[in-house]
Amino acid sequence: MTHRIDATFARLKAEKKSGFVAYIMGGDPDYDRSLAVMKALPEAGVDIIELGMPFTDPAADGPVIELAGLRSLKAGATVKSVLKMAAEFRKTNDATPIILMGYANPVHHMGYVNFAQAAKKSGVDGAIIVDLPPEEDADLRRAFEANDLALIRLATPTTDDARLPKVVQDTTGFVYYVSVAGITGKALGKSTSVSEAVARVRKASGLPVVVGFGVKTPAQAAQIAKNADAVVVGSAIVDRLHKDGPDAALALTRALAKAAHHA
Amino acid sequence: MSNRNIPDEHGRFGDFGGRYVAETLMPPILALEQAYEEAKIDPEFQREFDHFAKHYIGRPSPLYYAQRLSEYAGKDNPAAKIYFKRDELNHTGAHKINNCLGQLLLAKRMGKSRIIAETGAGQHGVATATMAARLGMECIVFMGATDIERQKPNVFRMKLLGAQVRTVTSGTATLKDAMNEALRDWVTHVDNTFYCIGTVAGPHPYPAMVRDFQTVIGREAKAQILEAEGRLPDAVVACIGGGSNAMGLFTDFIDDKDVRLIGVEAAGRGVETGLHAASLSGGKPGILHGNRTYLLQDEHGQICDAHSISAGLDYPGIGPEHAFLHDIGRAEYVSATDAEALEAFQLCARLEGILPALEPSHALPRTLDLARELGADGLIIMNMCGRGDKDVFTVADALGVEI
Repeated sequence: MTHRIDATFARLKAEKKSGFVAYIMGGDPDYDRSLAVMKALPEAGVDIIELGMPFTDPAADGPVIELAGLRSLKAGATVKSVLKMAAEFRKTNDATPIILMGYANPVHHMGYVNFAQAAKKSGVDGAIIVDLPPEEDADLRRAFEANDLALIRLATPTTDDARLPKVVQDTTGFVYYVSVAGITGKALGKSTSVSEAVARVRKASGLPVVVGFGVKTPAQAAQIAKNADAVVVGSAIVDRLHKDGPDAALALTRALAKAAHHA
Repeated sequence: MSNRNIPDEHGRFGDFGGRYVAETLMPPILALEQAYEEAKIDPEFQREFDHFAKHYIGRPSPLYYAQRLSEYAGKDNPAAKIYFKRDELNHTGAHKINNCLGQLLLAKRMGKSRIIAETGAGQHGVATATMAARLGMECIVFMGATDIERQKPNVFRMKLLGAQVRTVTSGTATLKDAMNEALRDWVTHVDNTFYCIGTVAGPHPYPAMVRDFQTVIGREAKAQILEAEGRLPDAVVACIGGGSNAMGLFTDFIDDKDVRLIGVEAAGRGVETGLHAASLSGGKPGILHGNRTYLLQDEHGQICDAHSISAGLDYPGIGPEHAFLHDIGRAEYVSATDAEALEAFQLCARLEGILPALEPSHALPRTLDLARELGADGLIIMNMCGRGDKDVFTVADALGVEI
């Protein structure tokens, strides 16, 4: 329900801080270990969880997320098992918003209405479907609205002033600003252009603006958090989890969250 | 270049097509659509296309009566006459260059100096590298590591033509992954880069635009058959991977309701084995690489690997207009196995003195069946869309011959 998203941003505003959003790939390296990491995220300072749904052909992602998805698929993950993770998480946490992130085909295959109902039932709050731009998301949007879920849209450096109103129209929850024209896990966009863009998107949408793509270190998180309502880190956490295990990934998460909160 | 009034303004062919791309690519795709709409009604653009088509590619390609193959089909009972549309005689050896010519002229018009392309067998990569060399543009071709290993001569050809070949190791390291990687490159270099897609797939306007550049095949074939036989054919036949040579041949015959349109997909080791590339016969509608179409996918909507002896047909999807023509019943889609294609490859070489590429070798067995079905008065055009020189190593390997 968007109330968890709205409540989270209201709380952050009251506390006068920017939020921290962590992305993990659902089911990487397997269901149990992924769920354990997910459950530990709020304690590490994560305000919103982005939960990746794996896909064989993630054309908007860099190698870190792609490989995580392939590991997850190899371990047997499906849209349904990722939703099951969300439902398990909800048993002990009713406050932290869960935003699913993935690609259209597995969702389309399940059926938009079935997906929306199952996501709702699992305690999910919204989703970002990377390859459903505003031109193609009307069917899923209807299914989400019927289930009081937020369909989060992306704004990017190529989204110009003429197009921005179309992108932010009907958007609920927050807007995800992609800091750089590129794929996940690469270089961060220039901070001056990011802060200008955040102001532009916030003005056009009237919603919180969350910034991601290319944020890897606490210093970068702090820099982005100066302007954004929240900052997202994905590839760096996923990579640390894969290479050094859950404790190291959670330590990085804590450092990133602290940097974002105290910017 | 085409009088077809589909797709609609959303890039839809019925329920198929569309623009399923990340937001970063929406503005460049809309800009491309606008540039193409302007170019296609500009007589100067058409004149330049026609000039290169004639003097550089060698168009029109001949329409050739394959007499000995026709006689072979009719050796027991009278069979139809088989004509080949000889697009394998084009510069670079396949129909692919028709499309590369159109897209790179458009890129030049748009002021884009960096060209990227994906390739499977290497034919589209070679054609793109060729046009880029001729027009003085930078060219980067993405190719799966698996395909690089099995298509070494084409990799070297691209390098000789001045292109960079980037090895793609992600995913299954084949054509679909090369396309993912090209999309990743495009999203990172949107300012100066033009993505030259090799088939009638991808986000709108690619399926319509690539089709339009390839319709020269059917337009010529229609005029040529009327001149040779004084009537339209009973059927036109083409192999299908993504389906660009087939759309090129079919489009000018779509309104001629008495002409059967027949597409032949790659059945690999047999559609029933699951090891095939027949998206219409063995796939379901889904969303990949910017369009909604039939895809090979598992019960969770994950994309399956395609299997075919022909690297050019080894793709888990099909162009959205084919999906549409299939669903409305205007075109018929059948398939041929690796073994059938191999046999037809050898038969065509011996009877006609033409080494067909493994791709059109898939169309041959169904063309022979059809010739027998239609009988003595029948008339068929098959698109001989590529030459088989590139495939001699694969064929030798499949036949257990060391060369």
